[in-house]
Amino acid sequence: MNRAPGTGSPAVAEAARFASEVRGRAAAWDREGGLPAGVLKEAAAAGLLGAGIPERFGGQGVTPAELGEICAHLGGVCSALRGLVTVQGMVAAALHRWGTGEQRARWLPALAGGELTAGFAATEEAAGSALSAVRTRIEDAGDGEHVTVTGHKKWITFGQVAQVLLVLGQDKGKPAAVVVEADREGVSREPVGGQLGMRAAQIAHIGLDAVRVPRTNLVAPSGLGLSHVAGTALDHGRFTVAWGCVGMAEACVEDATAHAAARTQGGEALAGHQSVRALLAKAAVETAGARELARRAAEFRSGGAPGSVTETIVAKYAAAAAAASASSTAVQVLGSAGCEPDSRAGRHFRDAKVMEIIEGAQQVAELHIAEQLMRRHAGRGPAPASPAAEVRA
Amino acid sequence: MNDITREITEFLSAALRSEVGPDDDYFALGLADSLFALELVTFVESRFSLTVEVEDLDLESFRTANRITRFVQRKTGSPEFTENR
Repeated sequence: MNRAPGTGSPAVAEAARFASEVRGRAAAWDREGGLPAGVLKEAAAAGLLGAGIPERFGGQGVTPAELGEICAHLGGVCSALRGLVTVQGMVAAALHRWGTGEQRARWLPALAGGELTAGFAATEEAAGSALSAVRTRIEDAGDGEHVTVTGHKKWITFGQVAQVLLVLGQDKGKPAAVVVEADREGVSREPVGGQLGMRAAQIAHIGLDAVRVPRTNLVAPSGLGLSHVAGTALDHGRFTVAWGCVGMAEACVEDATAHAAARTQGGEALAGHQSVRALLAKAAVETAGARELARRAAEFRSGGAPGSVTETIVAKYAAAAAAASASSTAVQVLGSAGCEPDSRAGRHFRDAKVMEIIEGAQQVAELHIAEQLMRRHAGRGPAPASPAAEVRA
Repeated sequence: MNDITREITEFLSAALRSEVGPDDDYFALGLADSLFALELVTFVESRFSLTVEVEDLDLESFRTANRITRFVQRKTGSPEFTENR
């Protein structure tokens, strides 16, 4: 399927060039479990880390549609690289949206230029989909100027290298968000390796042992750390993950089709078999559908339309499913070549499964999407008395 | 009820699938989930052409339709606040 128009912006062209240049290195990053430090610098120099940050803070100020295309190019090559752009963008989006003028001026230019790498430290052992259950404590340090942050964060993307962490915790029982610089005393990192996917994303569990940070690092008033600060970060994350999945699915359709056309068995090309063509057609249509939903989410976002949160969830849901399906097809069509070490299709297959879990598992997205349906079609009244009433309505 | 309050109660009632009156505290009633907070901010911003800044963020100002109305009037009544995105 052809890429949509509007891909001619310089920022998107630069991302395409970068993606094609590093394409051959992504398998080694996956095998070795990380992006070399030089790649982070190259990505920063290419402007990828600050793509979505406004120009007045040193970013490129691209539109949502352009940011989407950038993530599709990167996702088609390496989900960990796309994840780097996602995480940096999530933290920047939250700080831009809910930071004070002073906080924006302090962190956004450094995030845009890549002098600082960000981590989003929300999830914990007992708080995955249900982030309101986080137990990390943000407490008054007693001097009026500092707070201490204590807790244990799990599965933090680029947590091995992040220099600033946006941490979600509880302040006297209210959800609160705080920026913790990773070089402060009491921050420890436990690298995670060998997990199913996103192996180059330098994931870490992060310990916070009474880490003392200035009160000026608190982002937004207590009580709004989850709904507003983390909410904005996750909304941004879902958008870039959706587009990364679109790119991954497109790459899988291309690889599977090229292989099916070139590979012969018993004197016939694989593509000569109806069953193989059916696999390719199904994957291509799911992928094209996901692209259109991602494009629609970009339109909602650029207009600031109230439905943008939901449209983004719909796009992420469809795109993660398309990536999982197309990558499964690609491995199937490639056969042993899809299973061998360093197989691109195999890597996408593992990464795509992770995409069905992070930034809101598919089942959580379904709950929200169905709730939107209820708003439109189920009428209203007093809160429903029982689940059965909801089903009937 | 003025037009702003009417629009806000209409949005809240539709979004929360429950009749919400101008002084109902829908957060306390347990009607709102965490995604709803951002939807509400986006609705208020796009419908009344204003920007909610961190300085405005205070659960109290968004707790009821009447309070949101006062917030909107305060924001749109002061020209220096209307186009500061």
